[in-house]
Amino acid sequence: MTVTAHGPLPATTYDVAVVGAGVVGCAIARELARRPGLRVALVEAQDDVGQGSSKANTAILHTGFDAVPGSLEARLVREGARLLAAYAAECGIPVEPVGALLVAWDEEQLAALPRLADKAVRNGYHDAQHLDPAALYAREPRLGPGALGALHIPGESIVCPWTTTLAYATQAVRNGVDLHLNSPVETASRQDGTHVLGTARGELRARRLVNAAGLHADTLDRRLGRHDFTVTPRRGQLLVFDKSARDLVRHILLPVPTALGKGVLIAPTVYGNVLLGPTAEDLHDRRATESTAEGLAHLREKGGRILPELLDEEVTAVYAGLRAATEHEDYRIRAHPGQAYVTVGGIRSTGLTASLAIAEHVVGLLTADGLDAAPARDLEPVRMPNLGEAFPRPYQRAELIAADPEYGRLVCHCERVSRGEIRDALAATVPARTLEGLRRRTRARAGRCQGFYCGAAVRALFEEGRT
Amino acid sequence: MTAVRRVDVLVVGAGPAGLATAARLAAAGAGRVEVLDRERQAGGVPRHCAHGGYGTWLHPLTGPGYARLLLDAADRAGASVRTGVTALDWAGPLSLHTVGPHGPETIEARAVVLATGARERPRAARLVPGTRPAGVYTTGELQQSVHLYRQHIGARALVVGAEDVSYAAADTLRAAGVAVVAMVTELPRAQAAPARAADTRLRHRVPLLTGTSVTELVGRGRLSGVRVRHRDGRTATLACDTVVFTGDFVPDHELARRGGLSLDPGTRGPAVDGGLRTSRPGVFAAGSVLHAVESAATAAREGAYAGRTVRDWLATGGWPDGVPLLVDPPLRWIAPNRVVPADGGRGERGPYVLRTSVVVARPVLRVSQDDRLLHTERPRTRTAVPHRTLTLAAHWTGRVDPKGGPVRVALG
Ligand SMILES: Cc1cc2nc3c(=O)[nH]c(=O)nc-3n(C[C@H](O)[C@H](O)[C@H](O)COP(=O)(O)OP(=O)(O)OC[C@H]3O[C@@H](n4cnc5c(N)ncnc54)[C@H](O)[C@@H]3O)c2cc1C
Ligand SMILES: Cc1cc2nc3c(=O)[nH]c(=O)nc-3n(C[C@H](O)[C@H](O)[C@H](O)COP(=O)(O)OP(=O)(O)OC[C@H]3O[C@@H](n4cnc5c(N)ncnc54)[C@H](O)[C@@H]3O)c2cc1C
Repeated sequence: MTVTAHGPLPATTYDVAVVGAGVVGCAIARELARRPGLRVALVEAQDDVGQGSSKANTAILHTGFDAVPGSLEARLVREGARLLAAYAAECGIPVEPVGALLVAWDEEQLAALPRLADKAVRNGYHDAQHLDPAALYAREPRLGPGALGALHIPGESIVCPWTTTLAYATQAVRNGVDLHLNSPVETASRQDGTHVLGTARGELRARRLVNAAGLHADTLDRRLGRHDFTVTPRRGQLLVFDKSARDLVRHILLPVPTALGKGVLIAPTVYGNVLLGPTAEDLHDRRATESTAEGLAHLREKGGRILPELLDEEVTAVYAGLRAATEHEDYRIRAHPGQAYVTVGGIRSTGLTASLAIAEHVVGLLTADGLDAAPARDLEPVRMPNLGEAFPRPYQRAELIAADPEYGRLVCHCERVSRGEIRDALAATVPARTLEGLRRRTRARAGRCQGFYCGAAVRALFEEGRT
Repeated sequence: MTAVRRVDVLVVGAGPAGLATAARLAAAGAGRVEVLDRERQAGGVPRHCAHGGYGTWLHPLTGPGYARLLLDAADRAGASVRTGVTALDWAGPLSLHTVGPHGPETIEARAVVLATGARERPRAARLVPGTRPAGVYTTGELQQSVHLYRQHIGARALVVGAEDVSYAAADTLRAAGVAVVAMVTELPRAQAAPARAADTRLRHRVPLLTGTSVTELVGRGRLSGVRVRHRDGRTATLACDTVVFTGDFVPDHELARRGGLSLDPGTRGPAVDGGLRTSRPGVFAAGSVLHAVESAATAAREGAYAGRTVRDWLATGGWPDGVPLLVDPPLRWIAPNRVVPADGGRGERGPYVLRTSVVVARPVLRVSQDDRLLHTERPRTRTAVPHRTLTLAAHWTGRVDPKGGPVRVALG
């Protein structure tokens, strides 16, 4: 099993190199790992997997009811949702099928609901149901006053995006994929039918190339002479509220999209928090993941209308993610025959849901283009540490603590993370290399105190466990 | 099914308040008195306050010294102090689910005392925009990093706040070899003892920026600066690799809330009467969870007093009703915040503690019920300052009509 983070890259020529270890790149690497005999490299610029858009989204496993009917995105979201739900059950990725409500707050939005119900049907989703105000308030008693009705989409779920990405990466690495971190691809050329990628850690060679570079997919595309699209980062700022807010809301509360834009949502998280967001700001800077005073004020104003009591709860985190929007209204997934190259671009706001279907689709394109691969095999399932509140956490498992008391020694009290979990995350197949990586693997420090109680202790364990 | 074990009194939290309660109860022969703390060491916040400021004027102590003293007293009295054990949730009106290295256990008691303390609001909860770099602390984390783990902090730090705990943060930074660039407060003046504020400003040459708010954190990976704005509209970016958010305390009320105990809207902690009785018979609360935060001595004194009212409960089973004790703005809160006529009868309880949201010179406190003036007091503090203790004596409670409306405290 190979994960590298420094030193020169191996001199071998890989069969396939996947650039970008977001949820999409990791899913593709995992799908490739299902073909025995392929030498696959997953090449990532940052010091961990899932550090781009994949770590900062609203964590919804969409049904695809509101996609553009007939688009590639519509199909891959629909298939991906089904695949990911099954995969999550196999790996222990927390998923909660809470369902969504598209709440109409004015006549225009109310009038849009039948159109959305119709669109859902055209997307093959038949369970959408109209709710009158009485039925809506019965489902969501804490909703602010003035809602006129809703469309109920029972199939929408919430999922852990960090565990999903990590599960793909773990399974890929255990099945022979080499994961190379800290390796930003800066140049790309083709010599004698082999791609030569120039990275900060030296050259990497591969016969075929998959570009899953997210926000930077167009840049890499241009290096290979392709000018099919331009990424415009669309920032989404989000507020995370403390667990005590979880009882305020039962469903994902989606805005009704109108001419004025998509609006903000309120959603529970699998960790037992409540999310409010995202904003939608078109920017130029692909690193602009900072939050702004205006963005946060806007969210609070919107959130206060939807769920007034939410604003009295403590905020445990503020973050922002960038959607890789392009000038096209669909994914930009293209094989470039003759170049032994596939671009996976424009995976804007549904890539987590669609990831497994995107991976199947991409490997299909590679084989169609002549990749010589054995038939897909089933991989031995991975079992991921559970971060979700709907399933037993280690501190709740008497048998686990009896076998290893480290699971009964809590370090992060707000999130109830034990020493055992921190130890495991530092020794995992794709180990935590930073405190942030440790947080995404265990939730340590992610709670309401943000380290007031546990920050120093977690850092001490991290520094001990890493060496 | 987890095992159920019975004790007489279960105290959650082995900080100054919980240890003092346990010591008092065990010494008085209240049966099996058990204190739980989720940390590996008992003592609560003072464990990591390596600075002085604890103990008495005659016997000054550092935080850890003070914590040891309280722990020894509880031990000697025969209380059982168990560390590394977390009280997770309620299993019944007077029983709690717990977990520790020995696994889950349910503990049932005849009385439960919540002494779970308070924390500082971290950056996110204060909605400070910007990037999410490393180098962002609260005082609690900073002190533990420096004094318990000797971790590297940084080179240049900004301290947000100018109350006692902010000056403790500045001292800790200096002890760790970090230069303090400035202290900032939105208020027009420091909220610590004038001598302490002057010493930091003049001897240590740390500028205090008053009327100034933090508007943004900048820096990727590591903090590189903090943007601030003065009331008059001027802005600046202060270059630093570390920022400490101090004060802005919130009670750790999770158990109180999960148990459905009434909370006080001002303190956000459980509402209690002068006997430290919460809204649920048999459940008491003491220390910072009631008033975030007062000195450790106040927490300990209150804990000891809770020991006394717990014994009354064990002996008589009586649980008086009381009326709400409310404050008018600009007062923010008062604790305790319910009142029964007998509350003031015992001098040992100590005075009520209050907070104002604005500076008020020569404050006068007026207590009334249903437009009937019960008490007027000119506090010893010449100026009421936000984040600083203001006290109100308790001897007037005999005049409260237990069947009347809420009692109100106004600041004149
Ligand atoms: C605010 C917001 C909310 C969202 N909500 C949802 C949701 O609820 N449900 C859902 O399904 N989807 C959602 N999404 C969309 C989803 O997050 C994305 O579609 C998905 O994460 C895209 O994954 P990715 O792997 O393509 O991109 P990324 O996660 O950005 O990964 C790309 C990776 O490529 C690396 N990289 C880039 N350039 C190079 C280079 N030159 N060399 C090496 N590596 C490179 C980057 O470092 C990064 O790790 C949301 C997105 C946002 C921003
Ligand atoms: C940074 C800082 C500096 C300070 N400096 C001074 C000073 O110089 N002088 C001074 O007099 N005062 C100072 N104070 C205030 C003083 O520390 C507090 O008044 C005092 O600690 C309050 O005691 P307590 O017992 O109420 O709470 P804490 O000391 O906070 O103790 C609460 C205990 O409860 C435990 N606990 C909480 N929840 C659970 C649970 N569910 N299960 C098990 N255990 C639990 C915690 O682990 C903790 O040990 C300072 C406070 C801070 C934050």
